[in-house]
Amino acid sequence: MVEQLSVFLANEQGRLARMCRLLGDAGLNMHALVVADTADYGVARVICDRPHTARGVLERDGFAVSVTRVIAAEVPDRAGGLADVLELLGNEGVNVEYLYCFLKPDAATAVDILRVEDAVAASEILTRAGVSLLHASQVYEPDAV
Amino acid sequence: MFQPELETMPSEALRALQLDRLRTQLRRVYDNVPLYRRKYDEAGFEPDSLETLGDLKRVPFTVKDDLRAAYPFGMFAVPLRDIVRVHSSSGTTGQVSVVGYTRGDIERWSDLMARTFACAGATADDIVQVTYGYGLFTGGLGAHYGSERLGAMTIPVSGGNTARQVQILKDFGVTVLACTPSYALLIAETAASMGVDIRSLPLKVGVFGAEPWSEAMRSQIEDALGITAIDIYGLSEVMGPGVASECRHKQGLHVFEDHFLIEILDPHTMEPVADGEQGEVVFTTLTKEGIPVIRYRTRDISRIIPGECACGRTFRRMERVTGRTDDMLIIRGVNVYPSQIEQVLMGIPGVAPHYQVVLGKRGSMDTVEVQVEVGPDFAFDEIRELESLQRKVAGAIASSLAVSVDVKLVEPRAIQRSEGKAKRVLDLRREGE
Repeated sequence: MVEQLSVFLANEQGRLARMCRLLGDAGLNMHALVVADTADYGVARVICDRPHTARGVLERDGFAVSVTRVIAAEVPDRAGGLADVLELLGNEGVNVEYLYCFLKPDAATAVDILRVEDAVAASEILTRAGVSLLHASQVYEPDAV
Repeated sequence: MFQPELETMPSEALRALQLDRLRTQLRRVYDNVPLYRRKYDEAGFEPDSLETLGDLKRVPFTVKDDLRAAYPFGMFAVPLRDIVRVHSSSGTTGQVSVVGYTRGDIERWSDLMARTFACAGATADDIVQVTYGYGLFTGGLGAHYGSERLGAMTIPVSGGNTARQVQILKDFGVTVLACTPSYALLIAETAASMGVDIRSLPLKVGVFGAEPWSEAMRSQIEDALGITAIDIYGLSEVMGPGVASECRHKQGLHVFEDHFLIEILDPHTMEPVADGEQGEVVFTTLTKEGIPVIRYRTRDISRIIPGECACGRTFRRMERVTGRTDDMLIIRGVNVYPSQIEQVLMGIPGVAPHYQVVLGKRGSMDTVEVQVEVGPDFAFDEIRELESLQRKVAGAIASSLAVSVDVKLVEPRAIQRSEGKAKRVLDLRREGE
């Protein structure tokens, strides 16, 4: 399981840039970013290094940030790769709230980030079926303990 | 109690004192202020004809426009050489009015504000940080003189520079904070961002006034600062702060009736309402020399809380003012006070206690947008959670106030913080015309 930041963004010029700049200045690299938007506001979902440090950096600047636990699944980079994974979950009645994916530059697999209601149960289903799930340290630099 | 012999006076003695002072006051304004003489002559009211307090209903009213028209000194009842201080209304609505104080007025005002601090439980042992603005606004100097009169150590910080306010609160071991309720919340927020645990400081009580606030906001402030929050009331036209104050029982504000006569009137008929019923608050000053006001229509809505208070004060209590008729919004025919919206918001987890009501126009239709900040603890990862919060806020406002409004969620701290009176309503309708 990995940790994702959800950042509330007013629909105003420069807010996303400000968020990225703060993370950049703190030396926190982003590995994936997706923005869900409505007419008035958006929510940026970010996979980045040291998520709890990143949360602190953003909150000190007035951003509303929450940390969400999501599943990072390694999916073969070929036609139908994701469909297999989703069918596994669908057959077990697991509903996916949202999903996005990114490619690691040097790998033959894509990483899919899945947000489901019961992440523990979904992880078990996938592991049982032989899908490889990534740990935090395989995706980003975790916070120092 | 600061003046127990006066504050617990038997009510018969109090009424006799009021009548005696009222008769003197009416004669003085008739003799010294042309506006009163003209009004009373026109109405056929003879100032010496007042026999009972009930006769007060024959006396013409004084309104805010009278004071504005008399700008600057036209309603002073003494020669300027007897005036030692002037203040002016904070200009909450329209043009300002100027008020003058004689040396005696300042003495009495100091006593009344000392009473106010004592009502909140303060004594000479306390350290009072006065964060009301010093200047033409009555809040700063009014609180300052009262705190000194009580014998408390008084810190005249005035408003602004919130980080410094927090530093002083902490370093000086302040026990009593006097400011507007919205500023108290900003101080709490600022302390948190500075890493100061404000709840662990010696601060124990807040003396808050100068803007309407709700019971829910009181809980929020008490919780955020770890203090008891006391509501105080006053207005510059009547004197400034120190007209009425809650005691530690927080069951309404004791009106300092030996100096101010309170009436609650039906705002349409201007007839008195029964004790316990809501109406417009009308004040008559009984001892003021510089600028006495007779039956001054405050436009504030309140009621007399019937019954005695456990604190032993015999002064009757008025309910906290929920709004001024001037602040009242008429939204598609429904009367709404911003403080009612506040009360609703405070009951909803997930939103912060900061809000602004924006009035606009879409075609010929008035629109009302309530902007609320997403609370720091709200887990808003999913858009549908946010949308459901938005619907919940709109639904709660619709069900308790019977008006439909648009709700816009904004980022924390997006709503401008005020160091004095919070600006709760932004009216954009004029700009489009």
